[in-house]
Amino acid sequence: MNELSGYFRRKQFSRLMLVLCGIATAVVILVLIFILGYTLVNGISYLSLDFITQPSKPVGEVGGGMRDDIYGTFILVGLASIIALPVGLMAGIFLAEFAGPKAASAIRFAADILAGVPSIIVGVFAYAILVRPMHTYSALSAGVALAIIMIPVVARTAEESLRLVPNSQREAALALGISRWRITLGVIVPGAVTGIVTGIMLAVARIAGETAPLIFTALGSAFGVQGLAEPIGALPLQIYRYALSPYSDWQQQAWAAAFLLIILVLGINISVRLVSSRRQK
Amino acid sequence: MTVKSNTASTVWARVGDKIFSRLTLFFSVLMAAILIALLIALGIDAWPAIQKFGLSFITSIEWDPVNEVFGALPAIYGTLLSSLIGLIIAVPISLGSAIFLSELAPDWMRRPCSFLIEMLAAIPSVIIGLWGLYVMVPFIRNPIEIWLGSNLGFLPLFSGPPFGVGFLSAGIILAIMVIPIITAISREAIVAVPVTQREAMLALGATRWEMITRAVLPYCRSGLMGGVILGLGRALGETMAVTMVIGNGYVLSPSLFSPGATIASKVASEFNEASGDLYIGSLIELALVLFAITLLVNIIARLLVWRTVSVRGTGE
Repeated sequence: MNELSGYFRRKQFSRLMLVLCGIATAVVILVLIFILGYTLVNGISYLSLDFITQPSKPVGEVGGGMRDDIYGTFILVGLASIIALPVGLMAGIFLAEFAGPKAASAIRFAADILAGVPSIIVGVFAYAILVRPMHTYSALSAGVALAIIMIPVVARTAEESLRLVPNSQREAALALGISRWRITLGVIVPGAVTGIVTGIMLAVARIAGETAPLIFTALGSAFGVQGLAEPIGALPLQIYRYALSPYSDWQQQAWAAAFLLIILVLGINISVRLVSSRRQK
Repeated sequence: MTVKSNTASTVWARVGDKIFSRLTLFFSVLMAAILIALLIALGIDAWPAIQKFGLSFITSIEWDPVNEVFGALPAIYGTLLSSLIGLIIAVPISLGSAIFLSELAPDWMRRPCSFLIEMLAAIPSVIIGLWGLYVMVPFIRNPIEIWLGSNLGFLPLFSGPPFGVGFLSAGIILAIMVIPIITAISREAIVAVPVTQREAMLALGATRWEMITRAVLPYCRSGLMGGVILGLGRALGETMAVTMVIGNGYVLSPSLFSPGATIASKVASEFNEASGDLYIGSLIELALVLFAITLLVNIIARLLVWRTVSVRGTGE
C-alpha cells in the first residue's frame, strides 16, 4: 500500500516536471512573439515611403529617413561578402577535399574558435589594423570586420555541404581522367551549391544585423555614402544611436529601422529554410 | 600525336591540381592566421596600458580618463555577474525546452517550435537591446525590482534603488540571447542518446521524468555541458543588447539593481570618445582580457561538444 502511494507520488511529480518543460518552451516562444510584436507595432506606425527614400535630418529637425543607412548596410554586406567568400569557400574546399585528418581538425578548430570571438573584438581589431594607420573611420575597415565574422561561418557550412556530395561522384569523374581541381569546381561544388548558398545567406543575415564591430569602424555618416575610405552609415548602427538618443522622434525612427532590419534578417532566414527543407523532401 | 598531347595535358592537370590545392591551403591558413593576427594587433595597441599598469590593471577598480588611471575589475566583475545571472535563468529554461522538444512534444509540434527558437537566435542583438530598453526595463523596474526590494530588500542582492537598467536587466537579456544556443545543442545531445537507455530505465519501473533525469541526461552530460559553456562564451562577449540595458555604471556592487558595465559594454560605449594612447590602450587591453576569457571558454566548450559528437559517431 505504502509502496503504491509512493509510486503515485513519483508519477505525479513526473507529470508536474514534464508540464514545466512544456511551459519553458512556451515561455521562450512567447518572448520571441513579444519582441517581434513590439517591433512590428512600433515600427509600422512610423514607416512610410519617405523613411526609405529620404536622407536623415540634422539634430532637432523632425522627420527624415534612413535612405543612406539602408544603402550603407547593403554596401557593407557586399564588401564583406567580396572579401569573405573567396577565403571562406576555399577554406571549406580545403577542409572537405584536400586536408589530411590532422590538418583538417586543426583548421576546423581555428574556424570554430574564430566564429566564437565576440564581434566587438573583431571591431577593435579592424580599428587597430585599418582605422588607426589610415587615420580615418572607413567603410573598408567595417567591411573587413564583417568579413572576419563571415569567413568561419562560410567555411564550415561549405565544408559540411561538400561532404554530403557522394564519393561515387568524385570517383566517377576521376575515372574519366579529369584533374582534381576541375572535378572540385565542376562537379563537387555544383553538387553542393544549395547548401553552400544557404550557408552564405545565413552568414549575410548575421552580419547585416551586426552593430558592435561598426561603432568604431564605420562610425556612421551624416553626409550619405561617400566612398570606401570614408565613414559610412548602417541600419543597425543608426538603431543603436537613435535608441539611446533623448528625442522621441529619433526613438520612433529606431523602431521603424528595427522593423526594416528584422524583415531583412528574418526574411533571409525564413526563405533559406523553406528552400532547404523543400530540397530535403 | 594524341599520346603526346595527352601527356602534356596530364602534366598540366597535375600542375593545376597542385596550384589549386595549395591555394585552398593558403586560404585555410589565412583564416587561422586571423586569430594570431588578432592577438598580436590587440597586444601592440594595448601595450602602453600593459606597460603602465601591469597586473594592477586587472585588480584596480578605478576608471578615470581625466587623470589617466584605468582598472578593469568592475568591468570583469560585471561581465561575469551578468553572464552568471543569464545562465542561472537560461539553463533550466533551455534544458526544459530541449527535453520538451526531444522527448515530449508530438511530432507535428517539434519542427515549428525548434524553428521559432532558432528565429529568436537570428534577431540582431541591437533589436533585442531596443526592445529590452523600452519594453523590458520598465517592467523590470516596476513591478519586479520594486517588489523584490520591498520584500527581500534585506538581502544585499536586492538592495538599493530600483533603476531598471542594471545587472539584473543585463542578465535577463543575456538569458534571452543564449537560450536558443543552449536549447539547440542540448536537444541534439538528448536526441543522440540511444533508445535502449530509455527502455532499460522504463523497464525498471521508472517514471518518464526519472527516465530523463537518471538515464538520458547523465548519458549526454558532456554535450549538455558543452552547450552551456558555448552559451557562456556567447554571453561573455555579447555587446549591443547589454550595453543598452546595463546602465553604464562602473562599480563593484553586490546589488543586482545597480547599473554596471561589462567589458564589452565599456569598450562599445567609450571607444569613440577615447583620446590618447593610454586611454585607447586601456580599452584595447580590456578587449584583450575579454578575448582571453572567451578563447578559454570556447576551447573548453568545443572539446566537450566534439567529444559527444565523436561518441555518437562510434555509437551509430
